[in-house]
Amino acid sequence: MDELRNRAKELLESNTVQLIIGFEQGNGNKTRAVFIEKPENTSKLIFDSRCVQNLAVYLTKNEVKRKGKPAIVAPVPVLRSIIQLAAENQLTYASLVILGITPESKLVEFSTLEDIETYLDNFTLELEAKEKEILEKIDKMSPEERWKFWINELSPCFKCYACRAACPLCYCTRCTVDDNQPQWIPVPSHELGNLEWHIMRAMHLAGRCTDCGACADACPIAIPLNLLTKKMREDMKGQFGEVKASLKGGNMMSTFKPDDKENFIL
Amino acid sequence: MSEKNIYLPYLMKVEKITIEAPGVKTFKLKFVNDEDSNSFNFAAGQFGEYSIFGVGESTFCIASSPTRKGFIECTFRQVGKVTSALSNCEEGSIIGFRGPYGNKFPIDQWKGKSLLFVAGGIALPPMRCVIWNSLDLRENFKDITIVYGARTVNDLVYKHELEEWNDRKDVRLITTVDPGGETPDWKGEIGFVPTVLEKVAPSSQDTIAIVCGPPVMIKFTFPVLYKLGFTDENIYTTLENRMKCGFGKCGRCNVGEYYVCKDGPVFSGKQLKELPDEY
Amino acid sequence: MSIDKHLVRKASLEKLFAVLKLQGKTMYAPLLRNGKISYEITGNFADVTIEFIQTTQSAKVAAFPRTEKLFNYTKDKEGVSVKDFDPNSIPETVVWGVHPCDAGGISPLSAIFNWDYKDNLYNTRLERITVIGFSCNKADEYCFCTSVGGNPGGVAGNDILFTKLGDSSDYLAEIVTDKGKALVNAAPELFEAAQDVEKEKYLADVPNRFNREDIKGKMEAFFESEVWAEQSMRCLGCGACAYVCPTCACFDIQDEIHGKNGMRVRCWDSCGFSMFTMHTSGHNPRDIQSQRWRQRLMHKFSYMPDRLSVYGCTGCGRCSRACPVDMNILEHLISMQEIKK
Repeated sequence: MDELRNRAKELLESNTVQLIIGFEQGNGNKTRAVFIEKPENTSKLIFDSRCVQNLAVYLTKNEVKRKGKPAIVAPVPVLRSIIQLAAENQLTYASLVILGITPESKLVEFSTLEDIETYLDNFTLELEAKEKEILEKIDKMSPEERWKFWINELSPCFKCYACRAACPLCYCTRCTVDDNQPQWIPVPSHELGNLEWHIMRAMHLAGRCTDCGACADACPIAIPLNLLTKKMREDMKGQFGEVKASLKGGNMMSTFKPDDKENFIL
Repeated sequence: MSEKNIYLPYLMKVEKITIEAPGVKTFKLKFVNDEDSNSFNFAAGQFGEYSIFGVGESTFCIASSPTRKGFIECTFRQVGKVTSALSNCEEGSIIGFRGPYGNKFPIDQWKGKSLLFVAGGIALPPMRCVIWNSLDLRENFKDITIVYGARTVNDLVYKHELEEWNDRKDVRLITTVDPGGETPDWKGEIGFVPTVLEKVAPSSQDTIAIVCGPPVMIKFTFPVLYKLGFTDENIYTTLENRMKCGFGKCGRCNVGEYYVCKDGPVFSGKQLKELPDEY
Repeated sequence: MSIDKHLVRKASLEKLFAVLKLQGKTMYAPLLRNGKISYEITGNFADVTIEFIQTTQSAKVAAFPRTEKLFNYTKDKEGVSVKDFDPNSIPETVVWGVHPCDAGGISPLSAIFNWDYKDNLYNTRLERITVIGFSCNKADEYCFCTSVGGNPGGVAGNDILFTKLGDSSDYLAEIVTDKGKALVNAAPELFEAAQDVEKEKYLADVPNRFNREDIKGKMEAFFESEVWAEQSMRCLGCGACAYVCPTCACFDIQDEIHGKNGMRVRCWDSCGFSMFTMHTSGHNPRDIQSQRWRQRLMHKFSYMPDRLSVYGCTGCGRCSRACPVDMNILEHLISMQEIKK
């Protein structure tokens, strides 16, 4: 990834950016996020198939923002998050430099966010065969069976909120679980409380989730959270069409189109 | 295992509610069970966890003096979930109380000395216990001076007691409000507490200063105290912090190696200097 | 007290498990779920995972559950009545299959829960727990028990410690406490006479990586250093590390009420959460992640030893394994040791 390293070095040396957010070698076979401020440290940057953490989560963190304008290494899932964040007014094109990485691991830069949107149209999010199978199985369940299924899957959750912390779109400075007037979602982890948290999070991500899988990757006890988010996405697709952020139109759930289906009211 | 459940509160009946200032109330609480009342003891400076069953617990100091038996008092401002529920209580309501926790003002060590109390706004309640404690043992101390201020006249708490202290010949009371907070018939001082303190310039000789207030007031009061000749060894303050258990287990009030619920809430100026800036 | 030694055949382990279950004991054992191992209640020995380097969650859940009732109450127009926690509701429990790093975590946990005020919920649970531990034959790069005063074959905290004797199907059983002795008496035929066995040669090799006291001193000296921010930039502020840790005990207290019946519960909390120290006024003494990261490490390596005479880390490496962003505590402790400015 010499191309990436050189470009990053160039950006720092010219003070175009003050920070590079990328990946470095971690412990063992892990990779992890790295925050580079000195040009000579850009040699730490790597990129390969192990680099799956969604770095866009750092774009809304105060500790990172304070460092100055960042450049972010952005493979396709990160690009999707960046567009979503832009659609939600959390960043602008001018507030960062985007070092896009194609699936062939080539560096690509874009002149506008709209260009990224167009580029992302080349990739559709499809369910893998195994995921399709499980979701179809869940669909065939009765409401009671489905309730039992999710209570069982979510009962080991101990509310560490790694899923929330890893999600680039969970950037609320005060999450709904932190509200206590009223206490919408119970704090302790128990069967019902866990279900309430995960359903609420999925609801808050309806139409926004870019299916990066960061939540499921982050979960220390490997709860298959991606099933919930994928199912949400499939449901949204059925109701409102392909789920994607629109830089012009904003969020799917926060916009109204005259041709939206209204058969649930009329 | 027959040890007491340390999380179990005493049942308390709200005997009297006094509205001190906008959003600020004082509760006089009596123990529902007589054995609890008879065996309960505390020292000035200690705090408790007051709770509404079904809502939660909140941390306030015990604002009454330990010299007065059979009841305790607390004063709080309505700011959050539990204090809002407490504000909705009526006389006769049952609430919970766990305590007393924390350390105390070392009032025994102050025998024979003069006392200077400096407080601002809602920070008078944590000092009220030690003020009444010292007034109830008046012969133990030389001069007692109280400097107390609030943003406006309306925000002054314990208005009746301020009158009482003002009328006493053995206490010197100076009250002040922030500039702009006075009413036409206000007879006290006008100015921020640190400024008024400097103007009044009480003697630091053989005197203990006890200070409590919002961080900004403390920040400007300490330099005035040093100017008047006080040192860290004879300045005391009481800190507030986010607390839950009250006895050093839940981890919240851990500041450096100190726990505000165990090593405090009363700290001397010297101990305060040892705390990292995380409170 | 001297430690009795016995030989136990591999097949006897299942028999011992069955005996304990028959006695009516609640069995916590390592169970596999979604590829991760946690301690859950089970009656089926076949489900128990025997061979592992480390579980995902620690065994502290048996003595300090993630959500625990403190007491019940009823509240209506007439008033409030409170029903205390009933110690007899805590069953006799066996925690099966802990490694010495988890058994070693009991000491710091007990220190916190008995600091001046004795937490009788924790103490009751602990009193009714029998710990059956297994020495470590294997370790990996996340393990560092020997750097924090532990040992892959350490008996501390165990009632019985089994050590697998190489490829043979036999285990050395060390009967550490009276509780362990009681277990032996329940099934004496399973505990044969032990030959002289050099336990050490079957234990994992866990090299010493740092000096604990040096690190404590460095942390204290470098409280204001940039190193904390450098180490914690990628930290997301979740609670994974605290929750999987065998010695983390921070908790929250909450009320839950339905109609007129309610209870006060305590549940796990983490000093890594941004709201942990938030005052109602809006003032947050630790509002930057680096302050919270520093708090985590210093609480374990400086404040606990100073106040409770016990370190808050047993070197199990779970936090490093569970962290989604590779905050590796061993790596950070070593870099603390090497810090010069």
